[in-house]
Amino acid sequence: MTYLPDPTLRRLREVANWPDFSGTRYTVTEEIARGGMGTVYRATDGVLDREVAIKVSNTQSGHKELDDRMRTEARVLARLEHPGIVPIHDAGRTPDGRAYYVMKRVQGRTLVEYLQTTDDLNELLGIFERICEPVAFAHDRGCVHRDLKPENIMVGAFGEVLVMDWGVAKLLDEPHPEPVDDGGGGLETDGTRPGTVMGTRGYMPPEQARGQIDAIDQRADVYALGAILFTMLTGSSAPPAAADVSDLLGRRRGIPKRLRAICARAMAPDAEDRYPGAGRLAADIVRFRAGEPVDAYPETLLDRAARLATVYRTAILLVLAYLIMRVVVALLAG
Amino acid sequence: MNLRTIDPISRSRNHTPVSPRDSAAPFPPTRLSILERIRSGVPEVRREAYGALAQGYWKPIYKYLRIKWKADVAEAEDLTQAFLATAYEKAFFERFEPEKARFRTFLRTCLDRFVMNERKAAGRLKRGGGLKFVALEFEDAEGELRQIQVEDPIDVETFFRQEMIRDLFARTLRQVRDDFDDRGKSAQFQLFERYDLEPSTELTYADLAEEFGLTVTQVTNHLAAVRRAFRDGALRNLQEISGTETEYRADAREIFGIEVR
Repeated sequence: MTYLPDPTLRRLREVANWPDFSGTRYTVTEEIARGGMGTVYRATDGVLDREVAIKVSNTQSGHKELDDRMRTEARVLARLEHPGIVPIHDAGRTPDGRAYYVMKRVQGRTLVEYLQTTDDLNELLGIFERICEPVAFAHDRGCVHRDLKPENIMVGAFGEVLVMDWGVAKLLDEPHPEPVDDGGGGLETDGTRPGTVMGTRGYMPPEQARGQIDAIDQRADVYALGAILFTMLTGSSAPPAAADVSDLLGRRRGIPKRLRAICARAMAPDAEDRYPGAGRLAADIVRFRAGEPVDAYPETLLDRAARLATVYRTAILLVLAYLIMRVVVALLAG
Repeated sequence: MNLRTIDPISRSRNHTPVSPRDSAAPFPPTRLSILERIRSGVPEVRREAYGALAQGYWKPIYKYLRIKWKADVAEAEDLTQAFLATAYEKAFFERFEPEKARFRTFLRTCLDRFVMNERKAAGRLKRGGGLKFVALEFEDAEGELRQIQVEDPIDVETFFRQEMIRDLFARTLRQVRDDFDDRGKSAQFQLFERYDLEPSTELTYADLAEEFGLTVTQVTNHLAAVRRAFRDGALRNLQEISGTETEYRADAREIFGIEVR
């Protein structure tokens, strides 16, 4: 029979996994992104006549681990109502039995794309603060993201930031299934058991890379945020977990010592040495931007003088100018 | 692409029908893998397994011989038939070791050795004493071959896999179409042909609804039904020609992005 050209093969592969929303309010129109656990589609909500995004599990019905994981992700999102976290509208099962949830359709660029457009330090730190905020909010509610990386951060047209993909998030107050194999995205391997690895190389702390699932808490996200900050400051991928972050940053020009110290503390190999949560990291960034002392960097007198000189540079220059003028006037008069 | 005009021959019933119940099934039923069936020791089961393999692989084998071995049409036809018959007689596939390679890689290795030996013997011996698993429509395969753009140098693994998928999908489409025809639901398949086999960025569900005299909801439901039937049928056919269950699951993930159990 029938010769099926390559574009038709591609189309058939796509529609073979197309979710069945027959008899529901949703009409799927396009695949937006595909991960190991689920695929995100653009869709129309026929009742409210608006565009939404729907994440559907990459499985046929009956795959309990994936279904449980999808439900957990939906519950995590429902629990985290924050402007920096995509709101969830609905969740359920398709008529052919696959778990799904419906969320706001987010339009913007990933942080990876955004970093191609600017290297302004103040602007970058402003974005980084806004990345920390929803993560800190999640930490306060006992939730750890576990797969923070530039690809999972969206930056909108007006600088608004959304932390995406909570598919491997861990709710610290309840047992839940660990994620299963991620064939196409971030996860390293199957993470169903202690001793297995999940997360994305470079952005996961040593304890996560060793598969010590029980040891993973908010400080794992702090490490990932530090790695994101490293990428934002250098334009390079995050270094391996054993790297001397402070030294690597020190080789770059224009990265202040105190900022290097913040990044290095966030990425400390030992979780005990990191910030206890994203809120504390964000607070240090705020202090840095305001020219105040930061927790991560104990100042010497000289450092303090240099910092104050930077903060009050304009005032100091004005006073100096005034003094010079007085001296000149005195000399001329004398 | 209109399957009827391109495929006037394919009304044959040498396939597993896709019944409404089957197409609504959550996933293909667990069954013995091809390796287990080949090694079952039951002649009928073994023969049926070889038949399924011949059905699933003869076209990729033929095209591979034409492209990789640069066999002319007659030689490729002879070698395809001889290889499948010899594999059955000499129990080639019983030696498959899943931990070493995928089944299709193993099959290709067997084929390469077979062709080398045949050419060394400087003769093509038709084997099998009329043993025939399936009808091999070589003209059909040759016609397809003319439409394939082969990269130079050829990546044989990718080529063989792509042709395996092409044939898998074509067979599944035939089965699904026949099944919908039998159930008096030809219009549903025609919708699928228009929307998914002849993708056009301009065509909307509303356009289809107008063209077929349906509501948009009906279009949504009909397309979903045919896609589901296609997916389940393709998975069933894939399972039929996969060496092991592990290989089947890996292929399902790679080809469709679907986790199956």
